Amino acid sequence: MSSRIEILNDGGYRSDGRRQYELRSIDIDMSPQGTADGCAVVSHGLTQVQVCVFGPREARKRAETLHDRAVLNVEVGVLPFSAGERRRRGRADRRILELAASIKSTFEPVIQTSLYPRSQIDIFVSVLAQDGGLLQACINATSVALASAGIALGDLVCAVSGGVHGTFPLLDLSALEEGDLPNVTVAITPRSGKVTLVTLETRLHVDRFGEVFARACEAGRVIHTEMRRAVRARTSKLVDAMGAGTKGTGEEDVERDVLMSEINDF
Amino acid sequence: MVEITIRKRPRTEAVVTQRKFFKKTARGKVIKVLRERYLRDDVCCGIHSCSICADSASSVLPSAGSLNHPMFPDGHIVLPDTNVFLAQMDLMESNLFNPPMILLQTVMEEVRHRSLPLYNRLKALVKADEKTVWVFYNEYRSETAVIREEGESPNDRNDRGIRKSASWYNTHISLSRLPVRGQAARPLPMVVLLTDDVANRQKADKEGIQCVSVRKYVESMKDSGKLLDLLSTPGSDDVEPTKAVAARQVLYPDYLPLSTLLAGIKSGHLHQGHFNANQYNYLEGNVSVSGFDKPVLLIGRENMNRAVQGDIVAIEVFDESEWKAPADEVVDQETTLKNDDAEESEEESDDKKTIAERRVLQAGFSKPQASAKQPTGRVIGIIKRNWRSYVCHIDSSSLTSSNATSLSQQTVFATPVSRLLPRIRLRTRQAPTLLGQKILVTIDRWDRTSRYPEGHFVRALGNVESKEAEQESLLLEFDVPYRPFGKAILDCLPSEGDRWVVPPKSASSPEWRDREDLRDLVICSIDPPGCQDIDDALHARPLPNGNIEAGVHIADVSHFVLPDNPMDNEAAARGTTVYLVDKRIDMLPALLGTNLCSLRPRVERLAFSVIWELTPDAEIVNVRFTKSVIASKSAFTYEEAQIRKDDPNLNDDTTQSIRLLNSLARKLKAGRMAAGALNLASPEVKIQLDSAESSDPIDVAQKELRETNSLVEEFMLLANVSVAGKIQGAFPQTAVLRRHLPPPRSNFEKLQDILQKRKGIPLDVSSSAVLAASLDKCVDPSEPAFNTLVRIMATRCMLSAEYFCSGSVARDTFGHYGLASPIYTHFTSPIRRYADVLVHRQLAAAISYSPLHATLHSKAHVERVLDVVNRRHRMAQMAGRASVEFYVGLALKARGERQGSTEEAFVIRTFRNGLAVYVSKLGIEGLVTFKREIQFDPDAYTITIPSSDESTTIAVFDKVSVKIEVEKDKNTQRGRVKMTLISPVDSRNL
Repeated sequence: MSSRIEILNDGGYRSDGRRQYELRSIDIDMSPQGTADGCAVVSHGLTQVQVCVFGPREARKRAETLHDRAVLNVEVGVLPFSAGERRRRGRADRRILELAASIKSTFEPVIQTSLYPRSQIDIFVSVLAQDGGLLQACINATSVALASAGIALGDLVCAVSGGVHGTFPLLDLSALEEGDLPNVTVAITPRSGKVTLVTLETRLHVDRFGEVFARACEAGRVIHTEMRRAVRARTSKLVDAMGAGTKGTGEEDVERDVLMSEINDF
Repeated sequence: MVEITIRKRPRTEAVVTQRKFFKKTARGKVIKVLRERYLRDDVCCGIHSCSICADSASSVLPSAGSLNHPMFPDGHIVLPDTNVFLAQMDLMESNLFNPPMILLQTVMEEVRHRSLPLYNRLKALVKADEKTVWVFYNEYRSETAVIREEGESPNDRNDRGIRKSASWYNTHISLSRLPVRGQAARPLPMVVLLTDDVANRQKADKEGIQCVSVRKYVESMKDSGKLLDLLSTPGSDDVEPTKAVAARQVLYPDYLPLSTLLAGIKSGHLHQGHFNANQYNYLEGNVSVSGFDKPVLLIGRENMNRAVQGDIVAIEVFDESEWKAPADEVVDQETTLKNDDAEESEEESDDKKTIAERRVLQAGFSKPQASAKQPTGRVIGIIKRNWRSYVCHIDSSSLTSSNATSLSQQTVFATPVSRLLPRIRLRTRQAPTLLGQKILVTIDRWDRTSRYPEGHFVRALGNVESKEAEQESLLLEFDVPYRPFGKAILDCLPSEGDRWVVPPKSASSPEWRDREDLRDLVICSIDPPGCQDIDDALHARPLPNGNIEAGVHIADVSHFVLPDNPMDNEAAARGTTVYLVDKRIDMLPALLGTNLCSLRPRVERLAFSVIWELTPDAEIVNVRFTKSVIASKSAFTYEEAQIRKDDPNLNDDTTQSIRLLNSLARKLKAGRMAAGALNLASPEVKIQLDSAESSDPIDVAQKELRETNSLVEEFMLLANVSVAGKIQGAFPQTAVLRRHLPPPRSNFEKLQDILQKRKGIPLDVSSSAVLAASLDKCVDPSEPAFNTLVRIMATRCMLSAEYFCSGSVARDTFGHYGLASPIYTHFTSPIRRYADVLVHRQLAAAISYSPLHATLHSKAHVERVLDVVNRRHRMAQMAGRASVEFYVGLALKARGERQGSTEEAFVIRTFRNGLAVYVSKLGIEGLVTFKREIQFDPDAYTITIPSSDESTTIAVFDKVSVKIEVEKDKNTQRGRVKMTLISPVDSRNL
């Protein structure tokens, strides 16, 4: 029973041993999958999401094309074994449609769609494992997958969930915490400092919102450095593999780049 | 700016950090659960000035450990196992037991899973000032985390984790204090595993971990004598082999396993409920269960099967042919079982005793049962024990040697003060010194082979009948928190202390923000004499348009008590101020209660005002709520106000204001009575204390009620009703309200029957208005007190009022039955009731004075707080009543020394061998028992006492006179009121 587990104990530890502002382990894998143009498997702790991006390519249905920009098509599939309870969700499941709609509306302003007129970009999201923070994982994975597909992005979008326990904000909630606490998911574009998505499905007191929101925005920047590091590492590995890259190990480059980006960003 | 980091959890560690298991839900679905945990190296060891752990600033454990224990001269730190906390919590809580202690997370969680009350005590222990306890989160530290191995039980896994932590600590200490070259190596303190689990000790020994049993540890301590008594009995098993337990006779049937019980309850052939012992007859108890209108009766020891008052039990109901009426006899445990021996020699006395008991039971059953039968049943299992510490006396007859210097261990009986509890068998070395004292005893267990529960001594409260001991025992018995306020709480008070004043009026001062300046109004307060916490004041003045403006001003406690700080939490836990005859246990620190919040005369104070515009007929035209600053002009007692009002020579503003208020109050009361409000009565007496210092009671008097009492009451009711409407409108989900449910019709059946049969008066209970009218008709022209008696008895048939959260119950159950108001709350006494503080906050938010704190938006939170407040409220009432009873006893004793006291009394209940009487002058109830056989007619509620010349019949409601004496029971030292009948017959020789 969840009531038997303390969300935040007196020692300041959460039920999985993290402290208030510690994010779960992030793993970003950008190795290619099948024929996809870009893809990424991102995991936040035990939540794992795979995103494959196809396009920009010619739209299947001519009627749906727009003459001045690309059309985004987001489809989400939740694998039956991803959650604790084995359940097959249909394509028309309300929650899944809503998830897809939020991903779509998050990325529409970020992808420079006007560069790809009369084309379509397909984003296929499959949820492999769920342990809280589903939306954040989907957005982060989509972000990286789009980058790996080489689609022009204004910025990487970084999402983080946050919740409030009593008066203490917590970041990156696990499923256990998500079930107990009011929670928000915030997605930001760190370079411009803009917020592209805020969702709040539970009730949260106005006075508490400000702090969680601010913390989540800061955490977005932390995730951003992590994402850039992964993208950079992948790129330099590819470049090395082609044998035409700069000499020196990729690692050093990555480090320097992170520093540079921090100077740029803040 | 806080640091946000990503914790890395390498794949290679997944074995330790990731856990997958399947669980089956109640519906039978299988759910896969995946958990991860993050192991870290920055979990602090808590030892002061540790060179390895980074943030040792908050560390509490002394670096040399404790040097006070002779077994460990180099210093040691104790690391207790879970079983220590489960079995020996009293020892751990004792002030004498204070070695530095490491509390492992594993242990805490295990305790939490086993018993929530123990866990709460453990948490309090960690925070206690006089203890040095460090909580070590071993499951999160990479070196000490363990995972369950194949085929290992969870228990074994936890034990292994505890041992691992213990050995880690020892290496950690040696690593952090590497010997410096050239200096002699300092002796290192040792971490000692404290456990009563023999297997765990053996394993620890094998692994080279220092470990010791609790008894051994305590025995070699300095104050071992006092501490050893605190050890609960299971701990003594390995020391003294008990006398052939198996050979002893099994007295009680075994309990069924919990799973069977739960399945049985689910399927409906078993029932679950709270066990209530019968205070008149220790061989009888009852359990109220859903499904039966009447409580299920449990007759005899075997059927009650070791249930103790308050336990949640599972019962089996007997066949209808075995249903019986409750016995009509008074059976006292002490007299029936006087000769029971506390030592284990059950066999010899067994026959005699059971025969005596059987006779009592048989007598009850053999007689034809004309009155309604009740279902009967037996306890077949315990769902949850609700044992706590009980206030007891040592039974002097059970002592083997009363030599005051004897330190030999003896087994004695402790008789609880409450009549609802069985005697407790207790082993102690201090028996002779404890004789004649009130002591606190905890029940440890109750075996099938033992007639009595076994317990251990917790602490002595003081001599019987010394006021301190009686007071403390009252507080303990009713679970009233009475510790002085801690530092954290006092820190929440304004820093100016008693020099705090309302700052001069200015736009910038936060106190004056949105506050009305009502300092010029003629406001006064009316309270009982000697009242220090004045939380209400009133005013009234005529308006130019012919209407009247009336205002109620309540101390603005919520200005000082801010939500969710230590003071607020403490107040929420205390729930209410408890008034004993000679002591007040405050809910808020005295600085607030009797000074800063008290609306004292001629001082500017912050207030929360409700101001009405009323027509001269007391119709509300308009009401507004505002925070204000007032300066009360005078503080009256009820008597002073009454005299002032009635004095035709006085015509100043204050007096006119009181007269105006009084005229309104009369109309308000008339309106309320017309709407069907009940005029109830409860036995209220006042203890007159001799002087403030000695506080010896000299007399008991009935409380007098004046017109001004009713004046204040009416306006408080009006304020409460107005406020209730406002906050319910503003916060329909979480408003804090108070309701009084209409009593079920069946509660009145007996009273109706008695009234009809004895007096020929019908009682109509179909609604509160009808009941009020019908109570008014219950008069006996020859006996003015009769009406009050009926009102008291009617009040006892009703349910008690309760606080509730408006979102948790249906809208149509909001009503207050007694006041005949559709909605009600408590707003007027925030100094002494916590619910009022919540209401103040909600009202402040409703008038947009301040935002509502997050916690008051949560229905679950409000419900939780109100549950506590309701319970505390009930307990406070009972404690207050018990305190009055004690003083009545003292007063009687004082009076009795001068002359024997004879009082008039009414018979309120008849038994087969006695009468229950109510002495209205003293507000006490008593029991008159007859040793001789008498005739008893349960249907007519009469008893007949045969005598040689003529027999006398006494019935319920008859007036008798009784002689009241305070008699000290020689065995238990329990002073108790003994009543004997003087007229119509003298029962002294009956």
